[in-house]
Amino acid sequence: MTTAAQVQTEELSTTMRDTFAQVVNEALDADPRLALVLADISASMLTGAKERHPDRVINVGIREQAMIGVAGGLALTGLRPIVHSFPSFLVERPFEQLKLDLGHQGVGAVLVSAGASYDMAAAGRTHQSPADVTLVDTLPGWTIYLPGHPAEAERLLYKAFTGEDRVYVRLSGQANRQPYALDGSDRLTILRTGRRGLVLAVGPVADRVLAATEQLDVTVAYTATARPLDGAGLRAAALAADQPDVVLVEPYLAGTSAYLVNAALDNVPHRVRSLGVGRETEVRMYGSADDHDAVHGLDAAGIHASIVSFLR
Amino acid sequence: MTTATTTGYADLPALMGRMTGDEKHALAASSTVDVLWVLYDRILRISPDTVDDPDRDRFLLSKGHGPAGYYAVLAAKGFLDPDLLTGWGSVDSPLGYHPDRMLLPGVEISSGSLGHGLPIALGVALGLRATGRTEPRVFVLVGDGELDEGSNHEAIALAGRLGLDRLTVLAIDNSSASLGWPGGLVGRFAVEGWQTDTVLGLDHDQLAAAISMPHPDGPLAVVVRTTPKEK
Repeated sequence: MTTAAQVQTEELSTTMRDTFAQVVNEALDADPRLALVLADISASMLTGAKERHPDRVINVGIREQAMIGVAGGLALTGLRPIVHSFPSFLVERPFEQLKLDLGHQGVGAVLVSAGASYDMAAAGRTHQSPADVTLVDTLPGWTIYLPGHPAEAERLLYKAFTGEDRVYVRLSGQANRQPYALDGSDRLTILRTGRRGLVLAVGPVADRVLAATEQLDVTVAYTATARPLDGAGLRAAALAADQPDVVLVEPYLAGTSAYLVNAALDNVPHRVRSLGVGRETEVRMYGSADDHDAVHGLDAAGIHASIVSFLR
Repeated sequence: MTTATTTGYADLPALMGRMTGDEKHALAASSTVDVLWVLYDRILRISPDTVDDPDRDRFLLSKGHGPAGYYAVLAAKGFLDPDLLTGWGSVDSPLGYHPDRMLLPGVEISSGSLGHGLPIALGVALGLRATGRTEPRVFVLVGDGELDEGSNHEAIALAGRLGLDRLTVLAIDNSSASLGWPGGLVGRFAVEGWQTDTVLGLDHDQLAAAISMPHPDGPLAVVVRTTPKEK
């Protein structure tokens, strides 16, 4: 499908990372409960906030274990820590700190990453972390947001800042051309209705999924809330089609949410195909995010081909 | 039940004796109990009635293994019922071989995996500073073996650079680090701008004096040299 293949990530005038800097600046001014912990990444974007709130904006240098530990300690004094870095250094490197310094202490925090999966493809494997969502999902009690557009990012960041729980907000350089979920709820949004099955797009893959399914008679649902996944909404949308066949399209490790799709359709014969970043091999390749999408079948053409081969 | 007012240091061995089953960590327990006693008896502004007071002093047991001494001191000071000591580690006990703050009021952090308490303590000190609570002090107990963990060295450097003058580390040096600390522990703190002191042995007056030392310009590290662990 040539039109689908041509759909690539739009260059937005404002990136989600810019949105984060703007939102966190405003939020720190408005809410004395918030504190920001950085490990050098993006610190130059937040010098104003540091000057205005020297005690609540803490750059620990290149010390990611301490970054999470400090956040846990801040939370123990009643503050709401916001912690930001690239996902490799926010989730993977200090993973035990997420488990113990936040979860095991029973405290909340908002972790905000920028540079999702292979957004920084040319930087190589060290700066790619398609397993971050999968890893966070192994820990109990985490909410996970994948905004698909800067406007969604703004809304979800504010929602996370005002809460008490543990939230991972995964910002991406890839984005949809328009926001699809702005009601602030965690429920699925139905983008298109069809008969032959359900395709669930999580976050920035929505435009590619819409392009891939343009000529297909399928329901397309969207969510920016990976956890908690709207199981009731998923079940209703799947059962509304002629058969409960579900294609899951996630811009991180393939199959990460498959167990939740299965749980939602627990007592119904159903089929699931999981599209996402492949787990089998390390893709030892630079290039762009679009290049990596093509390798993993996450470009519109690849998504289209997978859906067509799956549907009955 | 024995009450806090009548329980003293002399009662600690009996209290610790009620906890059996974790002999692997018996030395860790005995190497910390004197320091814990001095803290809870003479230093910390905290009582069973103020465990949720935001202006309380904080004590974070980072070296969470061998907590028998910790539990004994908490029992002696009325933070927990001494009768709970006997069943520690059992399925319905709030006392485990590593403490869990969500199960036991008065325990500031859940610990066990080494190298977590000091970075968390920095966050507590920073949080107190950011919320204008200038009175509370934050104490964290670590071991020389625990200091092998690199996370501590992130925290030691960071605490010095940030001038955390309400933070005190008590580093129990029982020579348990497998590869040793050539030149001693104290230099690791001093080079990062910490005020430091070394106490040889477990004399309570010496410990209290060292821990009470003013350190207005940055954090304080008190290294306590105790009987070397047999390897």
